[in-house]
Amino acid sequence: MTPPLHVRGLTVALDGRPVLRQVDLDVSAGEFVTLLGANGSGKSTLVRAAVGLVPFSAGTVELFGTPLDRFRDRQRLGYVPQRSRAVAGVPATMHEVVMSGRLARRRLVGWRSKDDLAAVEAAIARVGLSDRTRSAVSEMSGGQQQRALIARALAAGAELLIMDEPTAGVDHDNQESLAELLAGLVAEGTSILLVAHELGPLRPLIHRAVVLESGTVSYDGPVDAVRDPEHVHVHLHSGQPEKADGFRSNPVGGGQDA
Amino acid sequence: MLDALQYEFMRYALVAAIFTGLAAPAIGTFLVQRRLALLGDGLGHVAITGVALGLLLHATPIYTAVLVATLGAVLIELLRMYGRTSADVALAMLFYGGLAGGVLLTNLAGESATSLNAYLFGAITTVSSGDLVLVGILGVVVIVLSLGLSPQLFAVCQDEEHAKVSGVPTRSYSILIAVLAAVTITVAMQTVGLLLVSALMVVPVAASQQLTRSFRATHLVAMAIGLFAAVGGLFTSYQTDTQPGPTIVMIALIVFAVASVAGAARRRTRSTRHRVDSV
Repeated sequence: MTPPLHVRGLTVALDGRPVLRQVDLDVSAGEFVTLLGANGSGKSTLVRAAVGLVPFSAGTVELFGTPLDRFRDRQRLGYVPQRSRAVAGVPATMHEVVMSGRLARRRLVGWRSKDDLAAVEAAIARVGLSDRTRSAVSEMSGGQQQRALIARALAAGAELLIMDEPTAGVDHDNQESLAELLAGLVAEGTSILLVAHELGPLRPLIHRAVVLESGTVSYDGPVDAVRDPEHVHVHLHSGQPEKADGFRSNPVGGGQDA
Repeated sequence: MLDALQYEFMRYALVAAIFTGLAAPAIGTFLVQRRLALLGDGLGHVAITGVALGLLLHATPIYTAVLVATLGAVLIELLRMYGRTSADVALAMLFYGGLAGGVLLTNLAGESATSLNAYLFGAITTVSSGDLVLVGILGVVVIVLSLGLSPQLFAVCQDEEHAKVSGVPTRSYSILIAVLAAVTITVAMQTVGLLLVSALMVVPVAASQQLTRSFRATHLVAMAIGLFAAVGGLFTSYQTDTQPGPTIVMIALIVFAVASVAGAARRRTRSTRHRVDSV
């Protein structure tokens, strides 16, 4: 079966500085892979290059067997960016944000159809936020914003979820509901590539861990062999976890690593 | 108030004000959403060069203004995409270049900078029937595209990277937004004036979002506020014998102040209720 993501020899330089060197990465159908590494190891750059947001100087990226520059089935790819991107300069309801995920199916023009509405409502229900449908995303907690961005990817019908630091600044309770959600998705056959600093409740779900160090893959194998202190807690984000009562904390600091 | 409409220039000005009031917030909402609220201002300055070019070439200023502002819009988007210039520095260039170029060309046309005054702050008596046709056509184009493409433009302005990954042609749409902003400036040139046009793109949106939670409501309420400010400002300026641009902007700012107070009061009531509920 064609792997949803197949990366070979990926080399990326930002501002003339090499960030990734000869990186190989695969995500098979139905597989849950986590990408670990310190700040600046190139994790975010790798996923951003894989979805076409960062140009690469050498190597190949194939999505569902098609080279990235010829990949048109965009609805199969669900990109879930860091949640700081959930809020823009004008208020928007969660329903509106999730609806924008449907644009993978009508990129140029077109208003929403009944199918779009049904898919959006199903995606919102899937992430357990049906009671917040008409809430402004800016008024939702960090964990809820994160789930809303996952719903945006699911609304299009994503078969591969690529998630950039979904656990950053999210409290333990919300991490548990995230874990529950992702476990369900993997059981249904969704493939997941997840960038993380800390795995927490996600750990038991993960099939394989890939560790990046200074832009190259230093480990690729079972997650159990990855020592927590070495790769996880030492490199925690500077952002504070949000409070358990669901009130919004300040946007997470640190941003993307290079 | 209605007796003002017995004058032809006031009827022309009213039509121009209606298009301006609706079109400016229609595209302005997307600028505010992308956090590019000052783009309209930058393009307004570029349009000054366009007006001056018209004076120099003895062409109709509104035509040269729309041309130069559109070129400026494309240029700034390309700079943002491919250049190493940050958005705010690129905007600063537009401010300085546009104003300096405008005054320079006006001087070369053998006139002093005061002849630009009508275009800087609006002068309703300058609207001719020919101008009005162009204002109407351009106004309708801006309003129809802003509303008709709102799902796509919303996605690009909400999260440009996600839209790009979804396959939305974000570059083309970014340029379209900038070009529509440039066109709007020309629509608004004779009513609000080039130096204040950006206010009508931003202030109604800022006022609207004090009261709304959804993008769509913000968009439509902003257009209603823009219409109210433009038409209300026009008649007020007739009564008080003031220039229409500043009058329109002051009315928009008053609406913003009232909306802020109303919005804050509503939020306080809601959070009090929320707190009581959660006890």
